[in-house]
Amino acid sequence: MLYRETGQFKSNYAEDMAIFPIRQDGIALGVLLAVAFIGVPLLATLHVWPFGTDYLLWAILLPFLILALAAIGTNILVGYCGQISLGSGAFMAIGAYSAYKLATGVHIPLAWLGIAITIPPLPVLASILLGGLAAAGFGIAFGIPSLRIKGLYLAVATLAAQFFFDWVFLRVPWFTNYAPSGSVNAPELNFFGVIVQTPIQRYLLCLTFVTVIAIMAKNLVRGNLGRQWMAIRDMDIAAELIGIRPLYAKLTAFAVSSFIVGVAGALWAFVYLGSWEPLAFSIDRSLDLLFMVIIGGLGSIMGSFVGAAFVLIVPVMLNLIPAELGVPLSTQTITHLQFIIFGSLICYLLIKEPRGFARLISIGKEKLRLWPFPY
Amino acid sequence: MRAPDTSEILLQVEGVSLAFGGVKALREVSFNIKKGEIRAIIGPNGAGKTSMLNVINGFYHPNHGAITFKGRTRARMQPFEAARGGIARTFQNVALFKGMSALDNIMTGRVLKVRRGVLWQMLRYGPALKEEIEHRHRVEEIIDFLEIEAIRKVPVARLPYGLQKRVELGRALAMEPDLLLLDEPMAGMNLEEKEDMSRFIIDVNNHYGTTIALIEHDMAVVMDLSDRVAVLDHGVKIADGTPDEVKSNQTVIDAYLGVAH
Repeated sequence: MLYRETGQFKSNYAEDMAIFPIRQDGIALGVLLAVAFIGVPLLATLHVWPFGTDYLLWAILLPFLILALAAIGTNILVGYCGQISLGSGAFMAIGAYSAYKLATGVHIPLAWLGIAITIPPLPVLASILLGGLAAAGFGIAFGIPSLRIKGLYLAVATLAAQFFFDWVFLRVPWFTNYAPSGSVNAPELNFFGVIVQTPIQRYLLCLTFVTVIAIMAKNLVRGNLGRQWMAIRDMDIAAELIGIRPLYAKLTAFAVSSFIVGVAGALWAFVYLGSWEPLAFSIDRSLDLLFMVIIGGLGSIMGSFVGAAFVLIVPVMLNLIPAELGVPLSTQTITHLQFIIFGSLICYLLIKEPRGFARLISIGKEKLRLWPFPY
Repeated sequence: MRAPDTSEILLQVEGVSLAFGGVKALREVSFNIKKGEIRAIIGPNGAGKTSMLNVINGFYHPNHGAITFKGRTRARMQPFEAARGGIARTFQNVALFKGMSALDNIMTGRVLKVRRGVLWQMLRYGPALKEEIEHRHRVEEIIDFLEIEAIRKVPVARLPYGLQKRVELGRALAMEPDLLLLDEPMAGMNLEEKEDMSRFIIDVNNHYGTTIALIEHDMAVVMDLSDRVAVLDHGVKIADGTPDEVKSNQTVIDAYLGVAH
């Protein structure tokens, strides 16, 4: 009954083109943002349920935000531009290691030239953003094959990126500043004099990144560039005949996608993990991101959030619910159950609803607008 | 009545041949399209009509021959360059962007008209938003013209065939082309839909002054709509002229009805 658009008239195109043309949606998002930016930190400071411990912030909200960001990046490439990528983990790694190198100072001795390239340590924010740019650069490089190959074959090409960078970061000691264990520690998170340390600060930092990038991504996908991506995805020949250059459309999708994924990778390493090794960005990470995008909804920014939440929450719930019911499951059983649930869900969604939960939600909203009448 | 400005030749096809391996799709075809006219290309199945359109907008590269468009002769050209030059087209089998709404499909036709860069689009503020709204205005004019207001937000995959054809025409019109190529715009339509589509084609020609080249199998439609007709058979041009001339041409009648031996 509350979800009605009666009486909301649009008198110009700007209103009709708003992200949420229905007022209730806008209000809902406003409330959500207020809760995320003010409510959650407040509750966490006061240690009110469910924030009695830092568990919810550390183990759920923080990874949720960062992975949702990475899922947005993946979704731009896979969902909007239709280029299947299995290399998201690699681009996260590039973002993370580039940011790490830039934040700790780059020193490349070119002995045979008698000179050395030295970049002093950069501030953390600049490192993270430049890490994203580095990922974008490599994204473009690995996107070039997409001009010739499509679908599964492209997936294999991006898989090559995944394995190549796994190997590079494991075997080339320069990237880890010659750390003997291969594991590196994030620099101090100093943002304009504010040192981000507590879980609440980390949460707010990630939330800011995610909000800003999500809005920009949304603007891109509903603008001219987004339409070019979707045109290439839906019918590349027709797209070319109306003047879209496949080269430009595909490579911008790779660049924007890799940038976002790279920033997410840098945040994952710096803010969430703190210290990490290449295993943190393995093929499993790429697959997880792909699952999130498929489950949440291909071609939907909101779907990226839904998918990330789902993929993160299922294991937690599998842990909590049986324990509450008095039949705790072993870790191994939980892992197996997780595979079963994701696997069957992906099969189901790909057959029944390729646009995932986001599509189910929008169908639900359409029904709700007319409720209780069927049409 | 419309009075096409027949003085100026917009497109000249000169001795174009196209072969796929041993199959000769087009053999030494020459014809021209004058500015402001409706030009029909007809012929039995497999005559090379669609191949001709594909050559004109750069999708196929002819083995021999030259194409002069707006006074510029070109050898090889990519489809997006043809689009940039002002050639738009629709397809025999509807080629819409299935995942997008009718409105977004037509908005995509404006792709070459967008001037603001990616960073502006990302902010979607000030000049970028203003430009987007201007394009929306132009697109709404087309939507109004094609009488598809009611379905503008519907994903095109859900639309019936006749409306999909109309959306596709809208997408081509959004490009504000100088030359519009229509590949069987009325295939699979009932009488009423054909009449609607004919009206749109005449209106486009009158209202926007767009030159139109169309392929069509319905002879009644072709004879009513077009100023001049070129007839292809087995890749060879067998006749060219006004509808009346073509109708009474013995070679054309033979090609369509077969010849007694």
